[in-house]
Amino acid sequence: MIAHEVEQRVLQIFLDIAPDVDPAVLNRAVAFRDQFDFDSMDTLNFAIALHRAFGIDVPETDYRELASLSKAVAYVARQLAAQKSAPAG
Amino acid sequence: MTSEFRMPTLGPDMESGTLVAWQVKPGDTVKHGDIVAQVETDKGVIDVEIFAAGTVQKLLVEPGAHVPVGTVLAQLSGEEPTDVTSAVPERINEIEPARVAPAAALPTLPPAVQKRQKISPAARARAHALGIDISRVTGTGAGAVVTLEDINRLAVRSAPATARPSADQVHDMRRVIGKAMSRSKREIPHYYLSMDCCFSKARSWLEQHNSSASIEQRLLPSALLLKAVALAAHALPDFNGYYKDEAFVPSSDVHVGMAIAMRGGRLVAPAILNGDQKSLPAIMSELRDLATRVRAGHMRATELALSTITVTSLAEEGVGSLMPIIYPPQVAIVGFGSILEQPWVVGGAVCVAPVIAISLAADHRVTDGRAGARFLRHIHDALQAPEAL
Repeated sequence: MIAHEVEQRVLQIFLDIAPDVDPAVLNRAVAFRDQFDFDSMDTLNFAIALHRAFGIDVPETDYRELASLSKAVAYVARQLAAQKSAPAG
Repeated sequence: MTSEFRMPTLGPDMESGTLVAWQVKPGDTVKHGDIVAQVETDKGVIDVEIFAAGTVQKLLVEPGAHVPVGTVLAQLSGEEPTDVTSAVPERINEIEPARVAPAAALPTLPPAVQKRQKISPAARARAHALGIDISRVTGTGAGAVVTLEDINRLAVRSAPATARPSADQVHDMRRVIGKAMSRSKREIPHYYLSMDCCFSKARSWLEQHNSSASIEQRLLPSALLLKAVALAAHALPDFNGYYKDEAFVPSSDVHVGMAIAMRGGRLVAPAILNGDQKSLPAIMSELRDLATRVRAGHMRATELALSTITVTSLAEEGVGSLMPIIYPPQVAIVGFGSILEQPWVVGGAVCVAPVIAISLAADHRVTDGRAGARFLRHIHDALQAPEAL
């Protein structure tokens, strides 16, 4: 999956769990928490939605990697790459 | 056998609501729990369920109409309400007769014998596609013919509100919150108690559970807190129910309302129904679903109308403890502060432990401080044995 595609899907997943957010005002680099009062419930919903969409595991200790859009995109890309290089099964 | 679907009451201060859209059209079959309409109130747009089964005969109110609580919105033919023993249909359809406005305030209804409506073919097709009952539409074309424009105007009016609230909606909601809280402070003699609770065991248990459970089964502390309150409310029913007409009526069902702040300055407290009987993963999954639906503006009428006690949590705001205000006609509200690292004495030695302050505001007409202390103790003890929750 190319980087741009990952970013589009991560953004769409984020908007699905936070439907009251206006994508036009979203700043990729700023933490969701500081922009949209994102709380632990939102983070858990985001992690579950990413897990469902990409089949990646998101351990609780990695939640901080999902703090902003750019961080989350980088995290998903890393997890996908790790998945690919890992032996099948 | 016919039954009626009425404008529900979604809170003690709701007097009227605007029908935003129908989700059904004449001829549709509905069953218990189906969402049949969207209604706009001061709490935003609410999905309204029906508690009868049958076939929709007639939609009596057009989208866009603002009508008092209790107004008949639709007629159904078919069975009696399917679940007459449940409190849900009773309370949802509970109408205070004084609140039903006189006929003059009702939207203009057509005469009983309806003349066949003149309508252009394009308008008819569009109305059918949108599920609009054309006998309710006033035609503006030549000879009072209903035009496509008439239908489109209605369709625009009935479009669901967006998830982002307008300044007016926020203002309305602050006014409604103000009204309910003023009434509470005026009528309810509150007393307040607080108890610190060591969250060590609960936190370790959560960490262990979350590291082994699948991601969809993971829990947040709020699920434990809600379950502990639900169990306490079940065990001590004097804190669970409504104070109405100078008397307390305990509820046999425990529906814990969870105060949820919406972005943009709104606040709602939808309920987790029968939380005392649900597993932690089930409660968690409902809480997650609620959080998303509240943000999207898709709360259900039952969730807003049925809370028997409320929980409010400022767990992530760094607040030590809070003294909440009871949501009338309920008689108790439980507040949770943040889980903070604090000095804690265990076996005569001071250690550092995660501590959460549990507070209770309760109605002195129903209980006193001793009962309140037992209630807090019940919650406290439940959190010391998280594996049993």
